[in-house]
Amino acid sequence: MTATIPAPGSLAASLPPASGRSGFIGMLRSEWTKLRTVRSTMWSLLAMAAISIGLMSLFAWVSMRRWDRFDPEERLSLAHRPLEIILARPVFIAQLVVAVLGVMVISAEYTTGMIRSTLQAQPRRLTVLAAKVTVFAALMLVVGEALSFAAFFLGRQLIAAHIPVQLSDPGVARSVVGAGLYIAMLGLFSLAFGAIIRHTAGAITAVLGLILIVSNLTNLLPDSWGAHINAWMPTNAGQLIYEPTLAPDHLLTQWQGYAVFGGWTALLLAVAAVLLVRRDA
Amino acid sequence: MIEAEGLTKRFGDRLAVDGLSFTVRPGQVTGFLGPNGAGKSTTMRMILGLDAPTSGRVRVSGQPYAKLANPLREVGALLDAKAIHGGRTAYNHLLCLAQTNNLPRRRVGEVLELVGLTGVAKKRSRGFSLGMGQRLGIASALLGDPKILMFDEPVNGLDPEGILWIRNLMKALAAEGRTVFVSSHLMSEMENTADHLLVIGRGKMIADCTVKEFIDQNSVLAIRVRTPDAAALAGLVTTAGGKAVRESDGSLLVTELAMDRIGDLAFDGGVRLHELSPLQASLEQAFMELTKDSVEFHAAVPAIGPEALR
Repeated sequence: MTATIPAPGSLAASLPPASGRSGFIGMLRSEWTKLRTVRSTMWSLLAMAAISIGLMSLFAWVSMRRWDRFDPEERLSLAHRPLEIILARPVFIAQLVVAVLGVMVISAEYTTGMIRSTLQAQPRRLTVLAAKVTVFAALMLVVGEALSFAAFFLGRQLIAAHIPVQLSDPGVARSVVGAGLYIAMLGLFSLAFGAIIRHTAGAITAVLGLILIVSNLTNLLPDSWGAHINAWMPTNAGQLIYEPTLAPDHLLTQWQGYAVFGGWTALLLAVAAVLLVRRDA
Repeated sequence: MIEAEGLTKRFGDRLAVDGLSFTVRPGQVTGFLGPNGAGKSTTMRMILGLDAPTSGRVRVSGQPYAKLANPLREVGALLDAKAIHGGRTAYNHLLCLAQTNNLPRRRVGEVLELVGLTGVAKKRSRGFSLGMGQRLGIASALLGDPKILMFDEPVNGLDPEGILWIRNLMKALAAEGRTVFVSSHLMSEMENTADHLLVIGRGKMIADCTVKEFIDQNSVLAIRVRTPDAAALAGLVTTAGGKAVRESDGSLLVTELAMDRIGDLAFDGGVRLHELSPLQASLEQAFMELTKDSVEFHAAVPAIGPEALR
């Protein structure tokens, strides 16, 4: 390895004069480069797709194989909720990966120290956060929609023999699109946690604990309290968006549920923005 | 140009940086010197807007750092070489940074060439040695062809070849008219590199002067005088307000009196002199002398005075 001392003036030789101010567009390109140049992003997404769709296929295939041995009630329940197998389950698995990726978009910057390089290059911190949010939301929207459409069409083939389901059935198209929307929002929800907590392990524990444990525990609260709090928990509300139909007495409609999830996410992102501006990097 | 006014940073009940005011000028290497924990890194982080000052302010090219239109074109900084995601290649790391300031992609290849990392451009930085990591940090500092360069302890852990390379680079950058601000806890490091010195201890400014002034003010500890008539000269020195101490070899160590004045006294008093020479401490000793009251974490360091030089 050789390094020579640059001759006077040689440093500047090739750099064109600045045109305008460093801002959001440059930051967007930088954040996209950051996401795509770390191996773990692509591997995580591939693993997520393989495991969620693989397990879904296995469940679907086994259910069809055993169809004749199910009792009539089981058959009826399955036939009533076709998307449970081919959409809700793969999304449930995928959300775990999305939560981890979302947290790491920011927490990895803190654990590696990269944040100091990032904020030196772009000291306007809200620009940095906005670019991260935009790039990751766009990526998760594409990934989420691709995953939910792939799961739906593949799953539909697998269960077609006993549970026919069409995109045109009531609520189905909205559910398939909605599952992708849920994944994108969950990505931002997790990103906000990463920005607030800044430690990868802590933030992942917080998000997954909330999704997997706290959200379900609220059901155990007494009386209508439990029902209300449970319905308004971020992911519980958000997951309604991929339910084709809801019981008439449900506290929130699908879109209301998604709006509640969006509200929580916006609130957390606002907290993250305030902290990002106030705290020393 | 970096201008600080009353820059202060408090962490809990500890004042890390205490009312620093200074100006770092272009065209020279300014050394930022202080013992470990003196507040050098915190000061540099405040210059870059990474830490917010508790009070006071600092401007870079006349503006707060966050207001700079294109920060990488104004300031290139190597704060710590670990401010890198190890899973990314050297090339991609620099590309991420270049894109934020709309710098052309080919610039990345150029700075890699400049620091001699072209051969490992496509390697993940996780596997880099300390020296390679340092070079990558310098490459990122040079990306925007900045007017101001800041290096925090740049030679820590480098081999002699790497140290020489960084020294020469800093001098070359200053010779081009850039502002070069480099911190160190080793005076010897600055002795050959810096033109101007800012010395701090416990967050306070101790000295703001040129290297030459620093040497002149701080490094002459005593005047050694050899004479066949020591008793007579000692009397003359004492009368003139100086202090003379008899050494075991018969010579005198004179303090609190300038060398020329001692020579004049001897001439006027008819005392024969065989030697009249300044006893100089190295800059390292001068620096330790200067900062000994402000070292954050004291080891038992022997006091440096004329006695220590015998």
